[in-house]
Amino acid sequence: MRLDTIASLVVGAAVGLVIGLGGYTFLYARGSSYLTDNPAACANCHLMQEQYDGWVKSSHRATAACNDCHTPEGFLPKYLTKASNGFWHSFAFTTGYFPEPVRIGGRNRAISEQACRTCHRRIVDAIEGPSHDQAPLSCLGCHRRVGHL
Amino acid sequence: MARAPRRPPAVSPPPQPRRRYLPTVIIALTAAVLAAGGAALLINIFERKQEARNPFYRVVELDDQTTDPALWGKNFPLQYDAYRRTVDQQRTRFGGSEAVPRTPTQVDPRSVVAQSRLEEDARLKTMWAGYAFAKDFREDRGHAYMLEDQTFTERQAVVQQPGTCLHCHASVYTVYRQLGEGDLIKGFEHMNQMAFSEARKLVTHPVACIDCHDPGTMQLRVTRPGFIEGMQALKAAQGLKDYDVNKMATRQEMRAYVCGQCHVEYYFKGAEKRLVYPWAKGLQVENILAYYDDIGFKDWTHADSNAPLLKAQHPEFELWNQGIHARSGVACADCHMPYKREGALKISDHHVRSPLLNINLACQTCHRWPETEIKDRAEAIQGRTFALRHLAMEALVELINDIKAERASGKSDAELATAQDFQRRAQFFLDFIEAENSMGFHAPQEAARILGTSIDFSRRGQVSLRDRSNHQQ
Repeated sequence: MRLDTIASLVVGAAVGLVIGLGGYTFLYARGSSYLTDNPAACANCHLMQEQYDGWVKSSHRATAACNDCHTPEGFLPKYLTKASNGFWHSFAFTTGYFPEPVRIGGRNRAISEQACRTCHRRIVDAIEGPSHDQAPLSCLGCHRRVGHL
Repeated sequence: MARAPRRPPAVSPPPQPRRRYLPTVIIALTAAVLAAGGAALLINIFERKQEARNPFYRVVELDDQTTDPALWGKNFPLQYDAYRRTVDQQRTRFGGSEAVPRTPTQVDPRSVVAQSRLEEDARLKTMWAGYAFAKDFREDRGHAYMLEDQTFTERQAVVQQPGTCLHCHASVYTVYRQLGEGDLIKGFEHMNQMAFSEARKLVTHPVACIDCHDPGTMQLRVTRPGFIEGMQALKAAQGLKDYDVNKMATRQEMRAYVCGQCHVEYYFKGAEKRLVYPWAKGLQVENILAYYDDIGFKDWTHADSNAPLLKAQHPEFELWNQGIHARSGVACADCHMPYKREGALKISDHHVRSPLLNINLACQTCHRWPETEIKDRAEAIQGRTFALRHLAMEALVELINDIKAERASGKSDAELATAQDFQRRAQFFLDFIEAENSMGFHAPQEAARILGTSIDFSRRGQVSLRDRSNHQQ
């Protein structure tokens, strides 16, 4: 009985320590800001500072923030994307193991392509026409700089 | 029933106490690992946040007298570290230096030099016959060698060089101020009139931090009188009076101007050997030639043709100004000192070098193509320029040989004046690209136009000789 008490105390303390340390790290790293749509959060770690600076001066500033083009529509897909990118970006930034200059990956590029079409549906339809035989055109191939350099 | 005999004997101790605490141990160990990981992450985030604050530890006080870059390096170790790497000798296809071993002598203690350009292309000797460059002309090395290579070049033995050379071969800012008792321009004028060997004793370092940075604010600044006065002349010609580069240039302009302090065409004016950048009519090659023609300037008289000639120096700033990168607002530092990341800190790479040795950071920030593709494109431009340079060099050497032959057959300078003038033009245009350190890349079409014009001048010079001999028949 006495051993049981000690064991549960140890487990309780250990788990408490993890929660406390993890919670503080979350607060210290401004973890909750990443759950918002505030574009400044994306430049928290300064890695996206150039992209952020570019967006501030871009044509899309008034109508679209980071999440509008870099996350898909719908609550669940949006936060799954945020979780995935959040993990891998943190992993790369923490380990320092990533190539420069940073580039968008295939999955995220597809999300941005889709975002163009969400807002600019009518003009894209007019360009592509009713036929869907051909592979869809790429918006970003020509308009890569509309959001930021 | 059959299992009964397999039961452990009653005497052995029951394993329950260990098993009962196993989950506790596992949870505790997992929690410990997680806590350690959390602490490590916390510390990493803390460090990154500190880095991002751009910490600057004032270890030493810097003022307008601090020339020694090692002292600046104590406050800015990352920048200093990269700056020191300009000792690297690495070739690109059309530029860069190779380390060539040599036996040190009493007069020249260098054990390593760059490859000789005169050996690579003997036509340069014909082009510069009668001038010190025909004696010794080597590929440029990194900033770290600028003072050493100027001190020990064999050109020093051929011609008495003035103290003016140190304007761009040494960290000369504090010395100018001392010589001028606080007045930069007066000190500049003073040193111009000294002999090189005498002035050389006053300087210690090649280009250093103080030459481009304000010691109080670290802002970029221009410290070279030649550039200050050259820009004044250029802007005055464009209708802007009393231009002060240190007060009126934008930050991005300064990121090119600090390099333009030295990477330019120049000449030494008059007996006082004043360094002048010939920009009063503009920065293009014909503007500069027109300026020299107006004042009747020549660097030397050609040994074979007796033509009054000009030596173009290294007009990187002028040629870059004619190119698409300059037009797009891309400064020298953007490609030659691109930003790099040290942790969460972004600094400019003070290892000044060819962008072709650092394509990733120098080019790919804007040009999103694979490295090999970018390199191929740059080398295609350089290869085409090199081919045109070859044609221009052949044409020039043929013109020189023709004039030489005419002189040998007794023609007077008056009779050969037209051909000699064409040689002056052809040679200055060719040298403008030959001496420029990008093999045309800084402004490809302008480089091709200049070389094409040079070929035309050489051939017209030859035609002028033929016409004259026809007349006399």
